[in-house]
Parts: sequence; C-alpha cells; structure tokens
Amino acid sequence: MRNRTVPQPAMSFEYIMWMFTRISGLALLFLGAVSLVMAFVMGARELLDMPTLARWTFFPNPNHVVNSKIPDVTQGWANAYWQIMQIVIAFFGISHGLNGLRVIIEDYIGNTIWQPMLRGLIFLVWLFFTIMAVFVILAS
Amino acid sequence: MAAKFQTWWQGLRYRGGGTMVAWLLHRIGGLAMVIFVGMHVFASFLTQQFGSGFGTTLNIIYQSPYFQAPLYFFVIFHALNGFRIILLDTFPKLLEYQREVTWLQWMVFIPLYGLVVFFIIAGIVSGE
Ligand code: HEM
Repeated sequence: MRNRTVPQPAMSFEYIMWMFTRISGLALLFLGAVSLVMAFVMGARELLDMPTLARWTFFPNPNHVVNSKIPDVTQGWANAYWQIMQIVIAFFGISHGLNGLRVIIEDYIGNTIWQPMLRGLIFLVWLFFTIMAVFVILAS
Repeated sequence: MAAKFQTWWQGLRYRGGGTMVAWLLHRIGGLAMVIFVGMHVFASFLTQQFGSGFGTTLNIIYQSPYFQAPLYFFVIFHALNGFRIILLDTFPKLLEYQREVTWLQWMVFIPLYGLVVFFIIAGIVSGE
C-alpha cells in the first residue's frame, strides 16, 4: 500500500476546464436519465428501437423524435421546459466534447505555435455549433 | 523526427494493462462522439432550415445496425468510464483499488451492452 498525496491545484484555465469536464459529465448522465424516464412516463412505450431510445435520452425534441414514429410527440414535449432541457444538454455535450478534443490535440502537439491557433479554431467551432444547436431547438 | 518516432514506438510497446485499455477506449469513444454529434447537429440544421436531404442520408447510416452497435459500445463505455474517473478523482483513496474498480466497471458494462446488442439483433430479426 502506497500513500498518495493529492496536489491542491491553483485556479487556472486548465483546472477550470478539468472541473467543467467532470461537472458536465455528471450533468449529461443526470439529464439523460431524466429525459429517458420522463419519455417512459409520458407514454413513449412503443417502437422502442435503439435509435429511438437515444433520441429520447439525449434530445427529447418533438422535431427530433418525429422520425421515430411515436404518436403525438407534441403532447407534453413541445414546451419551454423541454426546450430549456435540450439547450442545456446540447450546451454541455458540445462544450464537453470540444474541450475534450482540445485536450487530446494538446496532448499530441505540445507547446508549439499551433497550440494557441488550434485553441482559437476550436473556440470558433464551439461557438458555431452552440449557436446552431440553440437555433435548431428554438426554431422547431 | 527520430525522437518523435521513438515516442510512438514506446507508446505502442507500453503495457499499461486494463486501465490503459480503458483510457484508450475512453479517448476513441470521446472522439467518435464529437464527430457523430457534430455531424448530426449540422445535418439537422441543414434539413430544418433548407430542406436538404443530407440529414436523411445521414440518418439512414446512423440507424443501420452496423453503425449502432459500435456507437453504443463507445457511448456506454465512455459514460461508465467517465463516471469511474469522476468517482476516483473525488475520492482519491479509492485509487488503491483502481484495477478492481475497472473490472467492476466491465461487469456493469457487459450486461448493459449485451442488452443493447440484443435489442439491435431483435430489430434485425423482426425486420424493423
Ligand atoms: C454520458 C456522460 C459522459 C460522462 C460521464 C463523461 C465523462 C468524461 C470524463 C470524466 C472525461 C475526462 C477524462 C480524463 O480526464 O481522463 C471525459 C473526456 C472526454 N469526453 Fe466525456 N463524458 C460523457 C459524455 C461525452 C460526450 C457526449 C462526448 C462527445 C460529444 C464526450 C467527449 C469526450 C472527449 C472527446 C473527452 C476527452 C478524452 C481524453 O481526454 O482522452 N463525452 N469525459
């Protein structure tokens, strides 16, 4: 048995993103579970193939699950509550994923001039996808 | 260049055992999901705003069992493994049992993913 000492990190960009990764991971698990359970509660009990289950779990949007041949999705789902849920899920998913992409890239390129440039590029991609996702949700 | 080659080679030869496999699958799965989620959001935007057929084309690929089976492998693995990472980071004392926890994680993963595979095969058989 070894004793491990855990370093106390200082507030830095890296630490904040590390924390965010964990919080958004837990949030995605929680929000996914809530959406799936609520889908069952609200009557999504037929035609539950795997793509349909995934749609309920991560993106319970009437426009999205309409592909899944489930009757009357507009009942109960087309309201501000689920729009906010979707925006939160999309925000966490996109931010967590693109920050993860940043971590992976920076693992391999090291501290070169590419690092700040790719950071900027990923930020723009993040902005683009977040705005697009919110737009799709609000317009449906 | 030589140094880089050496790192790659050392990387390939490094035997980290079960927890290294978990790290690798976590990374590959995370990347796969970023690509999947990105294409999906973009396609739904094009379909919704411009009536483009791109979303439908992608959906046909996404819904095929050959795409579904690996996708669910990575999603479920990433979710469970991410939960393990968060748990061990929050309670560092548990790091002593990291190997055991990783085995426990597989014991949760296998029945869960088995159920998914069952549903996918049942879908093929019933001709969905
Ligand atoms: C379902 C809930 C999820 C949980 C609990 C979770 C958890 C985590 C955790 C804890 C990490 C950090 C790993 C580390 O520090 O070594 C991580 C990394 C990552 N996640 Fe997730 N995640 C989830 C969903 C997602 C989704 C939906 C995506 C994609 C859109 C994603 C993409 C990534 C990527 C690309 C990384 C970086 C991998 C690496 O550094 O090797 N994750 N995840």
